Amino acid sequence: MKEYRTITKIAGPLVFVEKTEPAMYNELVNIALYDGTIKRGQVLDTSDELVVIQVFETTAGIGRDSGVRFLGETIKMPVGREMLGRILSGGGKPIDGGPDIVPEKRLDITGAAINPYARASPEEFIQTGISTIDGTNTLVRGQKLPIFSGAGLPHNNIALQIARQSKVLGSQEEFAVVFAAMGITKEEANHFMDDFERTGALERAVVFLNLADDPAVERIITPRLALTTAEYLAFELGMHVLVILTDMTNYCEALRQIGAAREEVPGRRGYPGYMYTDLAGIYERAGIIKGKKGSITQFPILTMPGDDITHPIPDLTGYITEGQIVVSRELHRKGIYPPINVLPSLSRLMNLGIGEKHTREDHKKVSDQLYAAYAEGNDLRGLVAIVGKDALSERDRMFLEFADLFEDQFVRQGYEEDRSITDTLDLGWKLLSSLPVEQLVRIDRELIQKYHPQFRGAAKAAE
Amino acid sequence: MKENQKKGDKGVLKRIAGPVVAAVGVDAHMYDVVRVGHEELMGEVIKIQGEEIIIQVYEDTSGIRPGEPVENTGLSLAVELGPGLLTSIYDGIQRPLAVLVEKMGDFIERGVSAPGLDHAKKWNFEPLVKEGDAVKPGSIIGQVQETNIVHKILVPPNAEPATVRTIKSGSFTVDDVVCTLDNGTELTMMQKWPVRVPRPVAEKMNPDIPLITGQRILDGLFPIAKGGTAAIPGPFGSGKTVTQQQLAKWSDAEIVVYIGCGERGNEMTEVLTEFPELEDPKTGKPLMERTVLIANTSNMPVAAREASVYTGITIAEYFRDMGYDVSLMADSTSRWAEAMREISSRLEEMPGEEGYPAYLAARLSEFYERAGLVETLNGSSGSVSVIGAVSPPGGDFSEPVTQNTLRIVKVFWALDAKLSQRRHFPAINWLDSYSLYLESLNDWYDREVSPEWNVLRSWAMEVLQKEAELQEIVQLVGSDALPETEQLTIEIARMIREIFLQQNAYDAVDTFCDMSKQYDMMKAIKAFSDLAYTAQAAGVTPQQIIGVKAKNDLPQIKFIKDYKPELDRIKGEMEKEFNAMRSSV
Repeated sequence: MKEYRTITKIAGPLVFVEKTEPAMYNELVNIALYDGTIKRGQVLDTSDELVVIQVFETTAGIGRDSGVRFLGETIKMPVGREMLGRILSGGGKPIDGGPDIVPEKRLDITGAAINPYARASPEEFIQTGISTIDGTNTLVRGQKLPIFSGAGLPHNNIALQIARQSKVLGSQEEFAVVFAAMGITKEEANHFMDDFERTGALERAVVFLNLADDPAVERIITPRLALTTAEYLAFELGMHVLVILTDMTNYCEALRQIGAAREEVPGRRGYPGYMYTDLAGIYERAGIIKGKKGSITQFPILTMPGDDITHPIPDLTGYITEGQIVVSRELHRKGIYPPINVLPSLSRLMNLGIGEKHTREDHKKVSDQLYAAYAEGNDLRGLVAIVGKDALSERDRMFLEFADLFEDQFVRQGYEEDRSITDTLDLGWKLLSSLPVEQLVRIDRELIQKYHPQFRGAAKAAE
Repeated sequence: MKENQKKGDKGVLKRIAGPVVAAVGVDAHMYDVVRVGHEELMGEVIKIQGEEIIIQVYEDTSGIRPGEPVENTGLSLAVELGPGLLTSIYDGIQRPLAVLVEKMGDFIERGVSAPGLDHAKKWNFEPLVKEGDAVKPGSIIGQVQETNIVHKILVPPNAEPATVRTIKSGSFTVDDVVCTLDNGTELTMMQKWPVRVPRPVAEKMNPDIPLITGQRILDGLFPIAKGGTAAIPGPFGSGKTVTQQQLAKWSDAEIVVYIGCGERGNEMTEVLTEFPELEDPKTGKPLMERTVLIANTSNMPVAAREASVYTGITIAEYFRDMGYDVSLMADSTSRWAEAMREISSRLEEMPGEEGYPAYLAARLSEFYERAGLVETLNGSSGSVSVIGAVSPPGGDFSEPVTQNTLRIVKVFWALDAKLSQRRHFPAINWLDSYSLYLESLNDWYDREVSPEWNVLRSWAMEVLQKEAELQEIVQLVGSDALPETEQLTIEIARMIREIFLQQNAYDAVDTFCDMSKQYDMMKAIKAFSDLAYTAQAAGVTPQQIIGVKAKNDLPQIKFIKDYKPELDRIKGEMEKEFNAMRSSV
């Protein structure tokens, strides 16, 4: 393999090399430093005259005397069953002091798109034990449901609680967790690792750690390595894989950094114009394939800069993912855990995973009614601030009180509290029964007769 | 289509940087399709500068090196049109996804080509002309029973007028010659058409029949005409996709083309699994039998996403030319515009607003202008209605794609995140939306629904408008401070919103509501309103009126199939209650 010493320019994470043999687009590159260390990179732009390489680590130490080797292949990830229980760097190297991973297969990390025709429709209800998710924003297997949070909010705990409690009712299938950290602090990473160890989840997990002080550019490949691993576990070994990606905001920052170094025409707020396509290449790697046993469910976490949901990162994410769970600073300040604001939250696949066949026949309508009543009560709070409670009609006062009850009982629950879906729905009915029956316009009468505590009691008494 | 002289010209790749590559030494015209690299990836020439041609490649370019060959096919990007289109599911460049699964497995690998139609399948061709008949472009020479839809076989629009020399009858593949003309032209059941060129028509006409969708807020308040154009902009999570899918399911077009452009894989799967199971309310046959789906999900190559919209509209035009009413849904045109932006930025073109290319407005208007109610070349009438979803970043309607779309389309269905958050679906804002077809459709509603309908509609809009003004006051002083008549207005507006406007797409009955039920529902609300104001004038308090029990049963009408007896009962009760109140004053 030829080594070139024709580096002409180094700018940020990019290295420009001249007069090479034709290099492949996306080819893997090794750059040898004077002291023998090897840095890895990837071809971003290739022509006869000039090849542009993006280096995954810092370019510190690379000079015009460094040697460049093209490895003749695109980036591959060695994967195998024994990756479970291991901790790897953001670049895929073991960092837990254990032996190297003996690969059963080497897979291209870009990952091809799943043919929409080969996909199976996700419809298996995952019970997370959290009412605001199970009840009103139901998660199903194969879904990608991000958590939109802000700096200083307990999104990590929510993710952990989901990872710990998630189960498909009545099934005993093999599951695994793939956890990819991008640019989070050592402290946050420890928080995750401690919890994994405490609950024994680590044995079933593959952990990729790119910490805050690791090279930013490495973050570009971390989620791809994680998802390649997940695809192997899911579609080759038949496991149900839960992928947690945190924090996608750091990933997007790294993307912007490279765009700027390449002097590209920037899109909104300086993020590259292809960020939608790039993010889609990550998020779309969730789902179920017809005739295969496993599945990939994704939980990307992102912190919205300035809590702004219209910022390009949450905005583009929301257009790709199947809904979002929004963590609210206001609820957090009220001391409510988990501070999930159901109003802007959404699960697009909810209707596939609920109802008679999956949860209970009244699920959809109870959820709609809770939403509508809470939204109305929440709106009235603005009014109360201006005119005072006394100026409200009796009906309005009931809705106002409902909103408080909803937050206090339905939203609020313990970090270790694992509510079954029946508990969640019954709790919903209990709260709804604080409103007059004729206000429950979203629910048909039969269901009210069957589930409303007032009539249930009456039915029982009649017996 | 004539192959040009550039066919077979070969050159080499010079530079690869993502989906846009440069080649030299190959002679080409703009928009010629070329084969790139040893794997013969499909690409299209999008720029020519001196010796160099710039190509957008429809597949992933990882692993391709400079120096690999490039060959010009001499053809522009074209689709195959003929029997076999219906029930198909294509990617953006008309490769059938089912065939791709067979050829390369569950993931989309590259370098695999697959023709749009099944060339081995035999169709039963029934001739409709005989020897010696004169035919011209667009003439129908025969037909094939494709699904429950009759697929008409047309003389291609670019053929010359001639007389039929021979015509066959029986079972043929799409490659078999079924008809020869005296000028030597041989016709098969398949024709090819370049996607970027609109198929010609005799004349465009003004649309005057509504496309009935079964969605109350659309048919009732903001109708689109057959052959019209509409845009559905809205932030994520406001229900664009559900609305589009409802339209694809229930609109009374004969053919539906659904383009999933840069959308979610799981959602496409939902469409793919759901459509074959749904029944057409008119024919009772599976909806899939009248549908062509194009699915280019967000992680499939960006250049194919750009092409998918053209592929879709060309197929729609082809069915229109047979005399059908076609409706085309594009979800979402913003992803298409972003694909243009991405390609444009890779070409290092001077960007226009927000990085979109300067030709964005022109491309959008060219696309929507391909809609219309037309007289086809053979003198029949057909239509293509285009409904485009727009996904404005951050839900901000002032961004270029929304703005440029609104300048062209005639109907605007404004989705509102606030409404969807309170689970008011469809989350279409009744104050911001509009339809410019109302006037031209008035006659139809008079004739087909009731002469009263247009009056009822204006009344409802007036109440909703009035409510919006009153809500501003309520926000300041509370609802009790309003005069009594206005408290009633607020209550009646709420009934219009909750009973008429809200519609449950997931309820078996409510998902589709025909015009006569819409009329009955609105009339019942109006009846309540009339009773209420009369009672109030007679001295009944608004609280008493709001407390009328019978009206609480009205929302249930939505979920009842044979609603008429129940509606009559409610109306009767309402009158009784009002009479009682009036006599007690």
